[in-house]
Amino acid sequence: MVRNIKAAYLMLSPTIIWLLAFLVVPVAMIAIISFTTNTGFGGILYEFSTEAYTLAFSSLYAQAIWQSLWWAGLATLSCVLIGYPFAYFIAHAGKWKNLLLLLVMIPFWTNLLIRLYSWIILMNNQGAINNLLIKLGIISEPITMLYTPFAVIIGLVYGFLPFMILPIYASIEQLNQSYLEAAEDLGANPVRTFFRVTLPLTFPGVLSGIVMTFVPAVSVFVVTDLLTGGRLLMIGNVIKDAFLVEMNWQLGSAISLLLMALVLISIVILMKFTSKNNETSSFM
Amino acid sequence: MRPRTRKILLIYSVLVFMFFYIPLVVLMAFSFNDSKLGTVWTGFTFEWYVKLFNNSQIIEATVNSLIVAVITTIISTVLGVLGALVLHRYIFPGRKAISFIFYIPVVIPEIVLAVALLSLYGAMNIQLGLLTIVPGHVVFATSFVILVLLARLAGMDNALEEAAKDLGANEWHTFWKVTFPLLFPGILAGALMAFTISLDEFVVAFFTTGPGSNTLPVLVYSMVRRGVSPEINALSTILILLIIFFVSIVGWRMMRADRKGGEV
Repeated sequence: MVRNIKAAYLMLSPTIIWLLAFLVVPVAMIAIISFTTNTGFGGILYEFSTEAYTLAFSSLYAQAIWQSLWWAGLATLSCVLIGYPFAYFIAHAGKWKNLLLLLVMIPFWTNLLIRLYSWIILMNNQGAINNLLIKLGIISEPITMLYTPFAVIIGLVYGFLPFMILPIYASIEQLNQSYLEAAEDLGANPVRTFFRVTLPLTFPGVLSGIVMTFVPAVSVFVVTDLLTGGRLLMIGNVIKDAFLVEMNWQLGSAISLLLMALVLISIVILMKFTSKNNETSSFM
Repeated sequence: MRPRTRKILLIYSVLVFMFFYIPLVVLMAFSFNDSKLGTVWTGFTFEWYVKLFNNSQIIEATVNSLIVAVITTIISTVLGVLGALVLHRYIFPGRKAISFIFYIPVVIPEIVLAVALLSLYGAMNIQLGLLTIVPGHVVFATSFVILVLLARLAGMDNALEEAAKDLGANEWHTFWKVTFPLLFPGILAGALMAFTISLDEFVVAFFTTGPGSNTLPVLVYSMVRRGVSPEINALSTILILLIIFFVSIVGWRMMRADRKGGEV
């Protein structure tokens, strides 16, 4: 470590200026806009008002907010339940480990829009799933899957499952084997070892998986947009419509700030749970 | 693991892989389907690929995406290298606060930054166009470049730099002859990350681009909104195959490094 403060600030200044100009200032701006008066059609009158927040909590928008919390929560829980055993298997797959991990990376890097589109093809009324079920004689009429909350959950889980698998995998992979051997030597059976040793020790991975999944899941608008044709709304849809359709910038800004507060609170809770001092947390 | 547990987990994992891959395989299969409806198999054709390569919108959007990604990569790699080097080796007042700011883009919902930038451009009367996408992409990409480089720097041997200085090299020389070559694989990895993030990013691009200058994800979005069309399948198939290609290269390098016992 060097203590030449002047050089440090000089080298940092381009990065800091960029982040101030295009992250801190814009976010501060929507914070201000959310407390201004709406004059209609995107008009901003710089007079203090909490109208946007009152509107955000009114039944119309509050429903969309609760809906996205509920759907994102459900999807995140599904991702934990699907992702943990799967990550556990990959971490113990020996020489196949790298290959299996690469097979997770392919959907991970494929654009979300494309992956959602693939489910439109499957879940369409004339889509692959309905065709197959009708051909097999299981159903006679197509089941409506798109435009339902079911489609939203499928889209969220399919979209963000890799974000859950990768941190859980990393924590299982880093697990010190000698703890497991110790538990076994002391007479614990495999089930007990798993619940008393493996699970608590890999819990930080699960928690960061939860944040990595929940944050995009609660704020995404393309899942509802594409899989329900915009018929069902999440927070992201409300923000998007406020800015692009209703031109109510105050409302859009207020809900964006609420969303950000929600995300920050969930991260603070996460950091309370994980006080381990590794490189990523010392970056904070 | 007991054999029975392993067996259950194996079946379970196969099911999860099927969940991941069946939609993509069906999507790719229908790109060769001879029907415009795209949901019933009627015959094999390359028609949609031919149409795709004659679709000027898609070609233009691809070029746009590449332009934005290249500019984003250059800026965020420079900013990221500077940021990571300073965070790694200097102690200075405000270090904690600054690293906190660096970390925000990793966790901020994309849509919040997107509408915040839209408001900024609106307030400053900046005309939206292709280049107004870049600032937002750089904000996201820089944080990831810093993360990658900090991990790399943490694993680097400081003794080599100290040796260079002991042998009489000045700061400048030490940096270019020792630090930079050691850091180069990390810089390359960070740059690649920045490039991919920008190419793949949709939300910020959607909100901050001007009319008529679509990036590829923005175009895909508007195509999908218009409904199922085999041309989207063909485009998606090409993109998925590209990803498989690049992931295979990374995998091949990883396995080679594993055999050598070195690092990736």
